[in-house]
Amino acid sequence: MEENTILVKENLSDVVVKFVIYKPLVAASAKAGQFVILRGREGGERVPVTLVDWDKEKGTITIIIQAIGKSTSMFNSFKQGEKFLNIAGPLGTPVEIKNYGTVAVVGGGVGIAEVYPIARAFKEAGNRVIAVLGARTKSLLILEDEMKALCDKTVSTTDDGSYGMKGMVTDAIQKLHDEGEKINAGFIIGPIPMMKFTSRLMDKLGMEPHASLNPIMLDGTGMCGCCRVTVEGKVRFACVDGPMFPSKTIDFDELIRRTSEYRPQEAESLKLYEKDHVCKCGLH
Amino acid sequence: MPNPSAPRHNGKQLDPEVRKHNFEEVAQIFTKEEAMAEADRCLHCKNAHCQANCPVGVQIPDFIALLKEGKVGEAASKIMETSLLPAICGRVCPQEKHCEGNCILKDRFGSVNIGMLERYTADTARKEGLLKAPKTAAPTGKKVACIGSGPSSIAAAAELARAGHEVTVFEALHAFGGVLRYGIPSFRLPREVIDHEIETVKSMGVKFVTDVLIGATEKVADLLKQFDAVYVGSGAGLPTMTGIPGENAVGVYSANEFLTRVNLMQAYKFPETDTPIQVGKHVAVLGGGNSAMDAARCAMRLGPDSVTIAYRRSAAEMPARAAEVEHAKEEGVQFEYLVTPKEVLMDDKGRVTGLKCTRNQLGEPDERGRRRPVEIPGSEFVMPVDTIIVAIGQKPNPIIAKTTPELKTTERGVLALDEEGKTTLPGVYAGGDIIRGGATVLLAMKDGIEAARRINAYLKEGK
Ligand SMILES: Cc1cc2nc3c(=O)[nH]c(=O)nc-3n(C[C@H](O)[C@H](O)[C@H](O)COP(=O)(O)OP(=O)(O)OC[C@H]3O[C@@H](n4cnc5c(N)ncnc54)[C@H](O)[C@@H]3O)c2cc1C
Ligand SMILES: Cc1cc2nc3c(=O)[nH]c(=O)nc-3n(C[C@H](O)[C@H](O)[C@H](O)COP(=O)(O)OP(=O)(O)OC[C@H]3O[C@@H](n4cnc5c(N)ncnc54)[C@H](O)[C@@H]3O)c2cc1C
Ligand code: SF4
Ligand code: SF4
Ligand code: FES
Ligand SMILES: [Mg+2]
Repeated sequence: MEENTILVKENLSDVVVKFVIYKPLVAASAKAGQFVILRGREGGERVPVTLVDWDKEKGTITIIIQAIGKSTSMFNSFKQGEKFLNIAGPLGTPVEIKNYGTVAVVGGGVGIAEVYPIARAFKEAGNRVIAVLGARTKSLLILEDEMKALCDKTVSTTDDGSYGMKGMVTDAIQKLHDEGEKINAGFIIGPIPMMKFTSRLMDKLGMEPHASLNPIMLDGTGMCGCCRVTVEGKVRFACVDGPMFPSKTIDFDELIRRTSEYRPQEAESLKLYEKDHVCKCGLH
Repeated sequence: MPNPSAPRHNGKQLDPEVRKHNFEEVAQIFTKEEAMAEADRCLHCKNAHCQANCPVGVQIPDFIALLKEGKVGEAASKIMETSLLPAICGRVCPQEKHCEGNCILKDRFGSVNIGMLERYTADTARKEGLLKAPKTAAPTGKKVACIGSGPSSIAAAAELARAGHEVTVFEALHAFGGVLRYGIPSFRLPREVIDHEIETVKSMGVKFVTDVLIGATEKVADLLKQFDAVYVGSGAGLPTMTGIPGENAVGVYSANEFLTRVNLMQAYKFPETDTPIQVGKHVAVLGGGNSAMDAARCAMRLGPDSVTIAYRRSAAEMPARAAEVEHAKEEGVQFEYLVTPKEVLMDDKGRVTGLKCTRNQLGEPDERGRRRPVEIPGSEFVMPVDTIIVAIGQKPNPIIAKTTPELKTTERGVLALDEEGKTTLPGVYAGGDIIRGGATVLLAMKDGIEAARRINAYLKEGK
């Protein structure tokens, strides 16, 4: 078996794909909260993606990718049996797992997949784990069954009310609190505004929030500083110091600005890819 | 008869007006005539000062003599007896500080252009199929791992392979060469040259593996279970930032990020490649070393209206290689000396709009004898720039030391070595920027070669 080979590909929604990949060295040392950097082709960029699951015996890792631009669209077009060009990891500092009592894991969109291994690790450490899942609409709400099977309580929300509670994860957290649920710590992964408002609310409710930051990354090894974020007034490199940080005092607005730096180029790149892609496969 | 008084040949360079729009190699290889005429200037000194001042002791008078006799392949082999990367050193060595700075002809007629001759020899031997990898000794059955694939590890790996050991090089990134690949631009060091030199080392049986970050993918302790010795050549890949307010504004790059985007990821070919880069109209580069020159010259090639290097001290203290400063100036890079950045100014979208600075005068010399910059009160001014590249130095990446408690570091963050060049963990050796905290390609190679010899002795003694 060759490293980086895709053993299983499964579509979780129109735009979200799960891959099981042969990568023994990463599987052997992966921990909850870590990620890998992928490259799909010569000339391709380095893309950080969270480790959702791993199997030391089989030597496999599981990642879940949402297609939002050129690179992720290209990845999601890869077929079973094909190979990623490069996979480096596991990168980042694992989430510190301890017994807090009750932990809430909060996932938004593809963040649900990213927070899953953290939920599992906290469960294994003896915590009561509550999952709060959010998506724009029902078809984007992934891994709900897995979360339900794992966690003590699972609350799902959709923005449009097509499934579960209508509203946002913050509404669900407020409701849990109002119902008397005592949450000691929160671990949040999702779109930046969602992490910002959820962190604020959890802080206000005394729930010790943490958020997994997703700045633009390049090497993922602490070499370039492109992933720098401001936490508690200090500059940190998310790829090595994080990506999970205590989130009371993260400068989320700075993070939003810095992740928007290449929007025009990203749009151009995606457009070119889609044009090419249509021509090549002849199916569209 | 040698002809030392003939004018020194410098070779041709691409026209600055043309080259500042592309990434092609600036310095053109000597023609055969130029090479022969330049070789003819060498006196083949008995106690050659040039050779004595080459960090790896390249046998300069001998290789030049062979070249003159038309034996290009043998000349290349002569260089490779002590330096495995002749095509690289010929291009990036600060020759004015080493070999050429000590040529006997320096003051009277101008030094022999040793760098260009070395490069001519290596490139020509390669082209004519005469470049031979050094012979390797009979297999010893011992295995050695090298961490990182920069010049230091490459030199160590080659030297270890030569002694008959089985060597594996582990690189965190997806391509080999360290700073040669991600820092130094192709217009100074074409990518094929790096590829070729690595091919040579591969042909000696060295195995190269990408995507392995030691300390994360595997630990040094894991390596020690699979290998008889380990060489740490992980470099100084941690950017130093200024720490001034506003440094996280959009449009502020570390030199490492900027150069990695351009050189490793080839962002200058975007959208043919996938990694984006952005330079605005006016670029400021902070620093005065090789990284600053490289960043400024790369930025220039991405088409802004102006690129300005802002350096704390004066021209005389600039640590960059002389040729690069010259080339940068020819390409239109401007220099502001005696300037200290104070604050990055930004608009309401967090984008850089300027750099607030103060002017300095030179004061007392520091511990290295360089005169210290002293701020002139009331000299504040704003450089109207929209892109800032911070190139004020690198430190060792702490990941290996942090994940290997037995490895001690000094207060500068570099790995501590004893007099014999050993780290504090038996079987583990180190060299290059990880012990020097930012030096030169040649010193990194020298460390690699010397450590390899120590590892040879260690493995022989069977300790
Ligand atoms: C630690 C970490 C873990 C992540 N885990 C996952 C995951 O498990 N599943 C998943 O689908 N996505 C994950 N992401 C996000 C993923 O990296 C981006 O969606 C991807 O880089 C977008 O690439 P693109 O070319 O398809 O889109 P583009 O159109 O190039 O970019 C879309 C947006 O993605 C962000 N982005 C672009 N390039 C990068 C980059 N090099 N690094 C980080 N963000 C970038 C920017 O905000 C950009 O505006 C993670 C990001 C980080 C930092
Ligand atoms: C922009 C720039 C220009 C320069 N120009 C010149 C010049 O013209 N002339 C000159 O003589 N010197 C120059 N230098 C200095 C010179 O490049 C360095 O001194 C030299 O490259 C150091 O070599 P090294 O092998 O120690 O480390 P590096 O070249 O830094 O290589 C280290 C390698 O190790 C890898 N690595 C790091 N950590 C790990 C890990 N944990 N696991 C696996 N791999 C790892 C890195 O990814 C990298 O590839 C320049 C430096 C820079 C930054
Ligand atoms: S390796 Fe460098 S210092 Fe030595 S001879 Fe060659 S150019 Fe000169
Ligand atoms: S010192 Fe100059 S002249 Fe003498 S051997 Fe060296 S290069 Fe030739
Ligand atoms: S991505 Fe380069 S330092 Fe974090
Ligand atoms: Mg992209």
